[in-house]
Amino acid sequence: MKEKTTTAAEQDMNNHEAEVTGAEALLKSLIEEGVDTIFGYPGGAIMPVYDKLLDYGDRLRHILTRHEQGAAHAAQAYAMVTGRPGVCFATSGPGATNLVTGIANAFLDSVPVVFITAQVTSVLIGTDAFQETDILGISMPVTKWNAQVKKAADIPDAIARAFYIARSGRPGPVLVDISKDAQVENLRYSYRKCTYIRSYNPVIPLHMRDIESAAVMINHAEKPLILAGHGVILSGAAEELKALAEKGGIPVAVTLLGLPSFPQKHRLFAGMLGMHGNYASNMLTNQADLIIAVGMRFDDRVTGNLKKYAPDARIIHIEIDKAEINKNVRVDLEINNDAREALKALLPLVREKSLEKWIREFRILDRVEYEKVIRPETEPDEGDIRMGEVVKTVSDLTDGDAVIVTDVGQHQMAVARYYRFSEKSTLVTSGGMGTMGFGLPASLGAASGSPGKPVVAFIGDGGFQMTLQELGTIMQYQIPVKILLLNNNFLGMVRQWQEMFFNGRYASTEMANPDFVVLAGAYGINARRVTRREELGQAVGAMLAAKGPFLMEVAISREANILPMVEPGASVSEVTLTYR
Amino acid sequence: MKQEYTISLFTEDHIGILSRITLILTRRQINIESITASESAVKGVQMLTMVVTTTPDMVNKVARQIEKLVDVIKVFVHTSPEIICQEIALFKVTSRGLMSGSMIGDLVRKHHARILEVTPEYIVVEKSGNKAEITDLLAILEPCGVLQFVRSGRIAVTRQVKELNAYLKEMEEAERGRPEKLEVYN
Repeated sequence: MKEKTTTAAEQDMNNHEAEVTGAEALLKSLIEEGVDTIFGYPGGAIMPVYDKLLDYGDRLRHILTRHEQGAAHAAQAYAMVTGRPGVCFATSGPGATNLVTGIANAFLDSVPVVFITAQVTSVLIGTDAFQETDILGISMPVTKWNAQVKKAADIPDAIARAFYIARSGRPGPVLVDISKDAQVENLRYSYRKCTYIRSYNPVIPLHMRDIESAAVMINHAEKPLILAGHGVILSGAAEELKALAEKGGIPVAVTLLGLPSFPQKHRLFAGMLGMHGNYASNMLTNQADLIIAVGMRFDDRVTGNLKKYAPDARIIHIEIDKAEINKNVRVDLEINNDAREALKALLPLVREKSLEKWIREFRILDRVEYEKVIRPETEPDEGDIRMGEVVKTVSDLTDGDAVIVTDVGQHQMAVARYYRFSEKSTLVTSGGMGTMGFGLPASLGAASGSPGKPVVAFIGDGGFQMTLQELGTIMQYQIPVKILLLNNNFLGMVRQWQEMFFNGRYASTEMANPDFVVLAGAYGINARRVTRREELGQAVGAMLAAKGPFLMEVAISREANILPMVEPGASVSEVTLTYR
Repeated sequence: MKQEYTISLFTEDHIGILSRITLILTRRQINIESITASESAVKGVQMLTMVVTTTPDMVNKVARQIEKLVDVIKVFVHTSPEIICQEIALFKVTSRGLMSGSMIGDLVRKHHARILEVTPEYIVVEKSGNKAEITDLLAILEPCGVLQFVRSGRIAVTRQVKELNAYLKEMEEAERGRPEKLEVYN
């Protein structure tokens, strides 16, 4: 055997057509797509890929999580902070099935993630071989696209398609399943980026006539309301949104995932929509005469009872996914297009306007909500520590300039309500799927993708214990996440529903918890527990200033409720402001 | 109000696409009453014809969800008056039963059926027509002793046939018109 005399980089220069293994072709293809970080977990079928990964360590950083679900969430968070598709590796069988929650989560929240799973050797596929599972069939309902590769020569094209599909149009997760023999086989490698698929047209031509109709509707409206969703962020339309709102004097309400799409300090910010959204935005949805929905999908958590939703409003729906238009809410004008393109075209046609009377209605209701809910939650003088005041403390000390990660439940709603998001903020949360256990792995993915930015992960005691093994990953790579564990020894959101709708019968919601500070210590992660209000500000400050990972547990009020609430089945204008 | 719809769609000839389509219908609890799949006039493009019964609102929702699938090229939804459709059926009937009376002559003259094979034991009859015509013929043949009966799914063309073909042509031309489909990176 001839000795290796050229470096990997030199080889790259002159070996487009050189023979490489399928595994190496996969890694080269990922590099072509601009990938620098992979989250994953090895196993039998994917060993050829991991073996080659050792030779590409200078260009591809691999982060070994402690469970494939963690890798999936981390890859999604990485995509959400970088705006580039996340990449996740898993082996066949259980490795692949462990991804499913993470894939579904990315699917519901339209986040581009390329999942690579290994499959058993092609001759064994379909025989119930060891660690064989039909991941193609299993992932079909929760991927934008998936495919199986059984020949090394097909790997580059499959990867090129995967990336093109994942990031274009309405983004989403894709999965490529590669048999073990395809990883080992040789191929003549060359890479062509995919820019066109006949059956798939993500770029939709703008119909100016519809844009003109929209402008007429906006110019004639007296009580218009913009609803901004994740699509605004995904299409990079935050600036265009602000320009439109300011020109037309239109208040902007946001969905959970749309929170950072509009600065909260802006005078036209109308609050968050939906079940635990703000009082004004919900109440006034039902008084608006025009709703301009941008990059959102009228989820049931946003609309409440559809029969009583926005009865006085005509609705314009700007949405890249045609299947979302008229799915939940009948609209008057559909603009099936990219949010940014549509808003850009719309802006010059909208008349400058000021709608002070309409804006004042929001401020009046904001005042009511502040007095009845916000002040007692964020500035209490006595009693146990509230979630809202912890969030407010972090918000004040980071001034919106942070990557905020949450798990799912009461603390998530507290963050959504009390963190003051701005143009500088990123929010990484599980919206459509509501996946408990998302927060910790997502936080390490988010921090890996945003070096130099503070990453604060708010997590409840329930969700934390679903994926706490990822403390091992945080330890191994010294990922500088600040974990804010809000501990009420309850599955808080379920407990709240039991209190409100099940006669206070607390079925399996009380938790006996470990000593989290000791637990973090076992992983070599600095930690402290805060039980008194007076310590809070100083403790949060110290946590943010700490180098490296840090866990801060806050003992919070055991039986506090998240309010206001649009109760299930209620209309958005039937908001419960106080309870008990 | 629920009514019968014929969903015709063109897809790439890729593995798994049928599963993805049926998943969308299954999720909404829509039963596929008949389904036919075959290569279309364009090589590599499959045509699928499905018959479902549902509401106008729902058929539009699922049509959009199907069209969103990466490998689906185009979806058309039609109500019965908008299409000309046929099914084909084969009847294997005992020869003894069929030979009695004027049945054979009636089959050809009145029902426009064809005789495909005659043996001493059985005769195979082919009939194409709409669902009702085929069901009627089955009832007529039943007393003669039907050994086997099989019917295809629906195939359909729209009354504006040109529209479908024109779309496929356009698509082909658009593809040919692209000088370099794939940018080459290396």
